[in-house]
Amino acid sequence: MVEIVNSGEQVTAGIVGDIDHHTASGIRTEIDAVLENTTPQLLILDFGGVKFMDSSGIGLILGRQRVLQSFGGRLFIKNATGHAEKIVKLAGLSGLMIGGGKG
Amino acid sequence: MKYTTKNHFKMMIPARSQNEAFARSAVSAFAAQLDPTVEELGDIKAAVSEAVTNCIVHAYADNIGMIELVARILQDDSHDSAPTLYIRVKDKGCGIADIERAKTPLFTTCAEGERAGLGFAVMESFTDRLQVRSKAGAGTTVTMYKRLETRSE
Repeated sequence: MVEIVNSGEQVTAGIVGDIDHHTASGIRTEIDAVLENTTPQLLILDFGGVKFMDSSGIGLILGRQRVLQSFGGRLFIKNATGHAEKIVKLAGLSGLMIGGGKG
Repeated sequence: MKYTTKNHFKMMIPARSQNEAFARSAVSAFAAQLDPTVEELGDIKAAVSEAVTNCIVHAYADNIGMIELVARILQDDSHDSAPTLYIRVKDKGCGIADIERAKTPLFTTCAEGERAGLGFAVMESFTDRLQVRSKAGAGTTVTMYKRLETRSE
């Protein structure tokens, strides 16, 4: 499930639940629908509601980055804790993480 | 080193993506008897999820074959140390032509599915030992060992 907050310039997508190969395609479809309609300058992927994530989450991040780059937008990751954070770091994407620590 | 198997389970599941969550939850629930930390359980779930997803995405890309999942609790006989969780994920799918290449981070043969190519990297870094055996056309067996620093006993 994805909770979208859209201000036009900025879209925040709060992912809730598990991110694995099974769920990733649905999450991707939901976010891409908003990206294509709004073409925001900034997408914040909020991992605060993520209960589980494997490397499918990295595919999701890189895929959205590709979509955003097609119209000059940028992406950041917020609230990645526990294993989501561990896998983001393993993938070398620490530079995309923003926000006040573990929250 | 000689190990005694203290407990074990084996299950067969069809290579459907719905079973990714089931497989990692099953191993996690089995490992819970060792009173692992939240961190260790997370490592185990992610590693199992990667191994099972590989079977679904790669081994059985064109059909729904069966995945065999085995977990064992191993105790080192020589001294009173922490137990090891043994996990084996086996398929009879297409096999891996070049295992070293498959293990290379960011390498994937599956570009259209947004696969990151990090499956083996996650398994390797979240467990203590990863072993991959594969034969083209015959299948792949992934074996992982995870030492658990239990807090009980």
